[in-house]
Amino acid sequence: MTEPGLPHLLFIGAALFFIGVFGFLTRRNLITMLMSVELVLNSVCINFVAFNRYLWQERLDGVFITIFIIAIAAAEAAVAIAIIIHLYRSHRTIDVGAAEDMKH
Amino acid sequence: MPDTTYLYLIPFLPLAGFACLGLFGRRFPGQTSGWLATACIAVSAAMALSTAFGYFSDWGREGGGYASLQPIDVPWLVFTEELAIHLGVLLDPISVMMICIVTFVSLMVHVYSLGYLKGADRLPTYFAFLGLFTFSMLGLVMSSNLFQMYICWELVGVSSFLLIGFYFSSPAAVAASKKAFIVTRFADLGFLIGILILGEGADSYDFLTIIERLTATMDPNYAAVMAPTFLGFSVIGWGLGLVFIGGMGKSAMFPLHIWLPDAMEGPTPVSALIHAATMVVAGVFLVARLFPVYAVSVPELLSWVTLIGVFSALFAAVIACTQTDIKRVLAYSTMSQIGFMMFALGVSGYGGEAGLGYMASQFHLFTHALFKALLFLCAGAVIHAVHSNELKDMGGLRHRLPVTHACFLIACLAIAGLPPLAGFFSKEEILLAAYQRNHTVFYLALATSGLTAFYMFRLYFNIFWGQGGATGHHGHGEGGGFMMVPLVILSMGAIGAGFVPFGQFVTSDRLPLETHLHLGFSIAPVALGLAGIGLAALLYRKPSPLPGQIASRLGAVYETVYDRFYVDELYQFVTKQVVFRCIGAPAAWVDRHVVNGLVDFTGNTALKLSETVKGLQSGRVQQYALVFLCGLLLLGLLLMYIF
Repeated sequence: MTEPGLPHLLFIGAALFFIGVFGFLTRRNLITMLMSVELVLNSVCINFVAFNRYLWQERLDGVFITIFIIAIAAAEAAVAIAIIIHLYRSHRTIDVGAAEDMKH
Repeated sequence: MPDTTYLYLIPFLPLAGFACLGLFGRRFPGQTSGWLATACIAVSAAMALSTAFGYFSDWGREGGGYASLQPIDVPWLVFTEELAIHLGVLLDPISVMMICIVTFVSLMVHVYSLGYLKGADRLPTYFAFLGLFTFSMLGLVMSSNLFQMYICWELVGVSSFLLIGFYFSSPAAVAASKKAFIVTRFADLGFLIGILILGEGADSYDFLTIIERLTATMDPNYAAVMAPTFLGFSVIGWGLGLVFIGGMGKSAMFPLHIWLPDAMEGPTPVSALIHAATMVVAGVFLVARLFPVYAVSVPELLSWVTLIGVFSALFAAVIACTQTDIKRVLAYSTMSQIGFMMFALGVSGYGGEAGLGYMASQFHLFTHALFKALLFLCAGAVIHAVHSNELKDMGGLRHRLPVTHACFLIACLAIAGLPPLAGFFSKEEILLAAYQRNHTVFYLALATSGLTAFYMFRLYFNIFWGQGGATGHHGHGEGGGFMMVPLVILSMGAIGAGFVPFGQFVTSDRLPLETHLHLGFSIAPVALGLAGIGLAALLYRKPSPLPGQIASRLGAVYETVYDRFYVDELYQFVTKQVVFRCIGAPAAWVDRHVVNGLVDFTGNTALKLSETVKGLQSGRVQQYALVFLCGLLLLGLLLMYIF
């Protein structure tokens, strides 16, 4: 069994990204969709950390950006959950189809 | 020359009256609006008369004749160094004479209106419109260039339109005002094109410059404008001809006369001011203003002026003999008298003895303004008393309306041309001028003159003699002092105006012209006038079956004349069948199908396009995200494989 290298990590990142995208596009529940978005963000984080670890070991930029992304993801989750709560209050559902009146 | 900058006040005082009454008229109680307007015009009239006095006796003199002065001249539209339109005042004998006539008759009409329209509705509006008219007419006669004149010319048309339609609740008045406006506007189109052509030919719109350049036969440029162009007329010929068409429209010359009789739907004092004394002579004034150019450059056009003038004079006189509406008779008589003025200009030459016709025409304009205003104001007094325009409702009024009766008689004698009243002198000069130039015109004019006496006295006997009409005996007596004073003042004018030595003041070359009265020459017109009066007395002084018998004997001829030679019907036919059908209907079709279709097509296309695009905005978040992702991938692929 060999040591895991950059390609393995990039494969995990890409897999996570597409799982996230798939979830975002197919789930009807807004909470699930939010979780899928988090998956996408985390896949990006993995990429950053991996590139940092294997290509520029003497620098820490990738790690810092990852910390930023985590912070932003937390803020984004707070906003998204607030929106979802409001949607639930007005429509009594958190099905994404209920938000169709956005087109008006 | 003294300081004459006050001259601009003469037109602007009535304008100030108009603005004041137009804006705040409703706040003036009772008659005060009328008093304000009358005060404005009275000051104007005083200034105009003092200007005339100063001009003719003192500072207007120049080398034995009179000068053309331009005391006020303000650049307005400056296009190039050469071509600029100025606003200014041109003082020469005819404009000085005209400002006197306009302000004086306007003052008389204002005073008369105070009595005539006492207690009427919309009095401030009425006086405001009168002020607007007076301003425009004064502006017209004082203009120093063609464009200023054209502006005032149109303003005069507008105020005439407003005043004819003053009783706007009557459909006849509304129709008449529209008719007057459209017919004169149609003629003004000719005037405008004429102005542009003349301006092109002379490179200036200033009257004095135009006259100087277009009569300079020695100048090399002159040959260019005189060269035959379209249809063989020269540039000047076209310009002056079109300008004359404008004059024909305003002055109600055949065949553009149809609006004048209908214009009588307006209040009677308005008819006296606008449709008898001042506005309708604007055409004569226009030809007189450009007369040197007509006479020197295109004398053949003057024979057209003569032809139209003499035909209109005779044509209107014949119709006037059969009409039964008192104001319509007077309207046709106005048309006939303007015809006299026109053909007098037509038979005139420029300068010296040959210019007799010009002087006679202006003289007749002057005397006619006085006695025709008087006739209309008397007619107003009669209508005021019997509440009808129809002759059959009148009769035997000489006891009830003694002052009006006397004034009307004086005016009738004046227009019939009996000595020593005003009309005699001016008509005599016109006939003499015609006799010297063209005998056919002279005989036609002589016949018209006899007819004039006949129809005027037909009117006179029908109103004041004979038996009372059907509704004659329960009306009022004479109007109050406001109505009587102008009548008396104007009748003094109608008696005395002929003694003015007019040839000393107003001539074609502004040099004095000695006029002689040839006693032998006067016999024929006076005898014909007396014959006309005698015939009228015979037929109408006492109720008699004769007029009816004559009318039925003449049968179809009488009917044709009574129906005004069916000119109105011809116009109706032409407008309805030719203009509406052949021009109006196709134009409407093009508008409805081509223009409108194009607009509809644009709108419909945009609508359809939006229908197709609007499906994209479904409101489904996931669909948006998918599209966004696909776009992103596409962009990524592009970046990877192309760049």
